[in-house]
Amino acid sequence: MSHDVRALDDLRFIRQTMERSAAFTAVPGWGMVAVGATAFPAAWLAASHAFELRWLQIWIAEAVMAAGMAVVAVQSKAVRSGLPWTSGPGRKVALHFAPPLAAAALLTIPLFRANLGSVLPGMWMLLYGAGVIAGGAFSVPAVPVMGTCFMAAGTIALLLPSLGNWTMAAAFGGLHIVFGVWIARRYGG
Amino acid sequence: MARTHAARVSAHQGSSSSAGKNRERRIAGEIPELDRLIHERIRLGIISALAVNDSLSFNDLKRLLHTTDGNLSVHARKLEEGGYLTCRKFFEGRIPHTEYRLTAAGRRALEEYLRSMEEVIRINRQA
Repeated sequence: MSHDVRALDDLRFIRQTMERSAAFTAVPGWGMVAVGATAFPAAWLAASHAFELRWLQIWIAEAVMAAGMAVVAVQSKAVRSGLPWTSGPGRKVALHFAPPLAAAALLTIPLFRANLGSVLPGMWMLLYGAGVIAGGAFSVPAVPVMGTCFMAAGTIALLLPSLGNWTMAAAFGGLHIVFGVWIARRYGG
Repeated sequence: MARTHAARVSAHQGSSSSAGKNRERRIAGEIPELDRLIHERIRLGIISALAVNDSLSFNDLKRLLHTTDGNLSVHARKLEEGGYLTCRKFFEGRIPHTEYRLTAAGRRALEEYLRSMEEVIRINRQA
């Protein structure tokens, strides 16, 4: 193998290894803790308006705020790692995570219009969990485990709809915080 | 312990003198000397993976590099002896864990290696 072919091969190998391993821990642990912390006040505010329009508005506002915080956290962790989150594996994670979330957003409209607001917490957590499992296939093992826990919480909320609001507090708040601390401590931030 | 320290000092000195020689070679338009410690594929993989992570466990590296316990262990120890990474062993409950971090010398060695590779490509294209 000539010098420059070997050099090009080495550079390609270094780039691919960096991309693979950056995606491995691209999930921001402390960012997840911050996102989780916002779910508790949202659940408390929404509790007295269970499954009414105000309840839906509060949780949509919470989702938008959490998504914004997650984007900032992912971006800042990617910058610290020295690789853009849009590099190959980061894009793969986003593409696997986004479709179930889009499905959850779209299903919200007809279900709420049909006065099936009590089904929403279960449906949201099931689809969020599915997205986390799919995206987490390219990340550390803790991520798909967290997705499975979300799906379990979603199942509980579907079986016991009256607990939906507090199940969301436990899942979107508790699970994000517990797994966020775990990821931050084991995978650096 | 003393042997490891001596190996680290020697690797640090070797690495900085190799970087100096490479600067001279670059100026003279000659192919730079490569750092043999990280030229090997698994070791280059370990250094590259740690360059974008604060730390990685033994199992993370094994999964990332698709290698065996024995192979990874041997190469990681060589890098550790060279002062390019640090190794921390600890228990979580009853389960033993091994965690690796890149040192400043390791990061410098990777940067120098990348510069050398770019230089090799440039010189060969000119020739």
